[in-house]
Amino acid sequence: KKTSLVVVRSDGSLNLNTGSSAGARRLDQLVTNAVAVSASLLSTSSTSLAVLIHELLLYEALREGLEEEMDRDNRVCVMGEDVGHYGGSYKVTRGLADKFGDLRVLDTPIAENAFTGMGIGAAMTGLRPIVEGMNMGFLLLAFNQISNNCGMLHYTSGGQFTIPIVIRGPGGVGRQLGAEHSQRLESYFQSIPGIQMVACSTPYNAKGLMKAAIRSENPVILFEHVLLYNLKERIPDEEYICNLEEAEMVRPGEHITILTYSRMRYHVMQAAKTLVNKGYDPEVIDIRSLKPFDLHTIGNSVKKTHRVLIVEECMRTGGIGASLTAAINENFIDYLDAPIVCLSSQDVPTPYAGTLEEFTIVQPAQIVTAVEQLCQ
Amino acid sequence: MALSHLSSTRSNRLLRPLAAAASSLCRPISTSTEPLVIETSIPFTPHKCEPPSRSVETNPQELLTFFRDMATMRRMEIAADSLYKAKLIRGFCHLYDGQEAVCVGMEASINKKDCIITAYRDHCTFLGRGGTLLEIFSELMGRQGGCSKGKGGSMHFYKKESGFYGGHGIVGAQVPLGCGLAFAQKYNKDENVTFALYGDGAANQGQLFEALNISALWDLPIILVCENNHYGMGTAEWRAAKSPSYYKRGDYVPGLKVDGMDVLAVKQACKFAKEHVLKNGPIILEMDTYRYHGHSMSDPGSTYRTRDEISGVRQERDPIERVRKLVLGHDLATEKELKDIEKEIRKEVDEAIAKAKESPMPEPSELFTNVYVKGFGTESFGADRKELRATLP
Repeated sequence: KKTSLVVVRSDGSLNLNTGSSAGARRLDQLVTNAVAVSASLLSTSSTSLAVLIHELLLYEALREGLEEEMDRDNRVCVMGEDVGHYGGSYKVTRGLADKFGDLRVLDTPIAENAFTGMGIGAAMTGLRPIVEGMNMGFLLLAFNQISNNCGMLHYTSGGQFTIPIVIRGPGGVGRQLGAEHSQRLESYFQSIPGIQMVACSTPYNAKGLMKAAIRSENPVILFEHVLLYNLKERIPDEEYICNLEEAEMVRPGEHITILTYSRMRYHVMQAAKTLVNKGYDPEVIDIRSLKPFDLHTIGNSVKKTHRVLIVEECMRTGGIGASLTAAINENFIDYLDAPIVCLSSQDVPTPYAGTLEEFTIVQPAQIVTAVEQLCQ
Repeated sequence: MALSHLSSTRSNRLLRPLAAAASSLCRPISTSTEPLVIETSIPFTPHKCEPPSRSVETNPQELLTFFRDMATMRRMEIAADSLYKAKLIRGFCHLYDGQEAVCVGMEASINKKDCIITAYRDHCTFLGRGGTLLEIFSELMGRQGGCSKGKGGSMHFYKKESGFYGGHGIVGAQVPLGCGLAFAQKYNKDENVTFALYGDGAANQGQLFEALNISALWDLPIILVCENNHYGMGTAEWRAAKSPSYYKRGDYVPGLKVDGMDVLAVKQACKFAKEHVLKNGPIILEMDTYRYHGHSMSDPGSTYRTRDEISGVRQERDPIERVRKLVLGHDLATEKELKDIEKEIRKEVDEAIAKAKESPMPEPSELFTNVYVKGFGTESFGADRKELRATLP
C-alpha cells in the first residue's frame, strides 16, 4: 500500500508531501464537484497515468476516511450513541466495531455532556477521540464541555494540553424532521475561541476533511448535513487530505462571488445553471472552513468580481453569514461595488409542514433574484 | 471528638516531662522509616464494599512530611488571602485551608502516573502534585512565571507531567473529563487510576451521574472523591441535597465515607480505593472535611454559618493539629522543632511571594499564543490567513 501523502488543493494542483518516488507519478486532474463526471475527463492524457478512482456515497467516504485513520494510528477511537453495534445512525461507522473492537468504537449511553467531556478528557492525555453527535442539535447539551473545556484548555493551561478531538455530526434542515432536529449549530459555536469548524459538502471533501480533522492537533468540529449523506461521487483511491482552512472553488466566474457551504452549495449550483442561461457568470466558492474563514481565497475572488452574495443555511441573526459579511466588509471594503447580500434561513424554528419548511431555507429562485439585483 | 480529647490529654502528660528535658537534650527530628501503626480517629463507613482496616501503617518520616506539607499549604493559603486583600490577586480566589488533609493523604497513596483532576479549589492539590510556590504565586498574580503563563489564573492550574489535570471553573464539568482520563488509562492498559474530585455542591450535577453510569458500565479505573465541606458556596448541604450521604449516591457503585480531616484515614482510603478500582471498577469516596475560609475571597463565610462552628472545628478537628499531636505524642520531634519548621515555611512562602512579584506581566503578544496549536492544518489565528495585523500597546 502506498504511504506517500498527497495534499490536494481545491483547484486541482497538488503538493506531494513526503518526497517519495521522485517525480515518477503525476495524478490527472481530480474531480472536485458532485456533478456526474464527463467521460472526457476520465480519458487518459498522453503524459500521465490513468487515475485510479472509485465511486461511493458521502457517508461511505466519511467511513473510509475514518477507517484509514483508525488503521494508521491506534490512538484514534470513536464514541457516540449507536456507533458500535448498530453501525451508526447514518451508517458512517458501519462495520468499524467488528473490525476494531468495543474499546475503539464505543457505544455510549445517552449522555452527551458526559461523553463529550470524556472525549475531551481522553484527548488531554493524548488519545484522539472522535465524538459523534447523533444529531448536531443534541450537542447543545454538551455546550459547556465544548466551549469551556474543548476550546479553552489549550489556552488556560498555557499550552500544556492539546485537545486533538473531532466532534462531528449531521445538522441542518432535513426532510420535515421538526424544529429540534433541524438545528444549525455552526452559529452557536462560531465564537468559541480555540476550535476550528469545517463543513463538508461532497464525498471528496468529506473524506479529506475527516482525515485532516483527525490529524489536526486542534479541536475540530466537522459539520455534516442530514440530506447529503447519499451523494454519490468518484474519489481517488490514493490517500489524500483536504486543507482544513481552505475554501473550495466550485465554479470560477467573473460577475459575482457566491459564498456558500454545505447543502446550500447545491441550491447555488442549481441557481447557477439558471443564471448561466440568463447570461451571468457567477463564481461559486464553497467556503468549507467556517472558522477561521479563508479570506485569502475569498479576498482574491472579491477583488476580481466586486460583488458578493452569501448563501447559507444558518439563521439570519448571528449566523455564519453575518460574521462573514463583517469580515469581508472589514477587509475588502475598497473592492466592493455593492453591499454584501446575505441570504440565510428565516429566524424561526423549523416547522414540520413541508411547504413551510421550504420557505424557511433559501431556495434557488431566491438566489437567482438576488444575483440579478446585485448585478444591476 | 472524644478521641481527640483523649489524645490531647495523653500528649499533655507526655509533653510535660519532655519539655523539661528537651532544652538539655538537643535530639534531632526523627527521620526514621520504622513502621508505626496508628488507628484512625473514626471507622470508615462503607456502602456495598468491605471497609479497609482502621490501622494505618505509616512511619515518622512520613508523618513529618505530612506536617510540613500541610503547614506549607496552610501558610500558602493564608498568604494568598492577604495578597487578595492587597489587590494583587484579583477575580476569584478559592482557598483550601482546612481541607489540606485530603490532598496530602491522597498524594501519599499514589504515584505521579495516576491522574488527579479537581475543580477550582486547586492551589494545594497543585502543590501536592509537584508544583512550586513560585509557580503558584506567579499564576495567582497573573505573571509570566505562572504555571499557565499567567493566562489561567486561580482556577486553572495544570501540570501535565505530574498527572494534574486541573483546575476547572465550571462546577461538575471536571467529572466527565476525569472519566475520560480514566478511559485513556484503560485504553492504554496503564494500571493507573484517576481521582476526580468534586464538592458536595457539585454532587447534585447531572453530568456526574452520567459519568458515573458510563464509568461503571465500562469498568473505568476512576475514583470519584466528594470533598464534602458541608457548604455549596452559601448553601448548607441539608438545604441542597435530599440525601446528603454522597458516598451512597452511586447506588450500584460502592462507596466509602472517610474522615477528611485525618490525613492517615485519607491515605488508607485512597490506597484501598486504588486497589479496588483496578479490579472492580469505580468507587466513590466521601471525604468529610471543612473549609475555614468562605467559598471564595468574596464570601466572608460567616453569613451562613456561625463563627463558633468554624472555631469549633478548628479546635477539634484541624488536620495539622492532629498530626502535630501525633508527632509530639510519639516523640518524633519537639514543639520547638515543629515551630522551627513552621517558621522556615513562612520564610519560604514569603520568599516565593517576593520572587513572584518580580516576575513580569505577560507580553501583549501572549494574548494570541496558545489559542490554536500551530501545525497541521492551522496556519493563522485571526479571521484572515495572515498574522493578526492589529498592533497592541
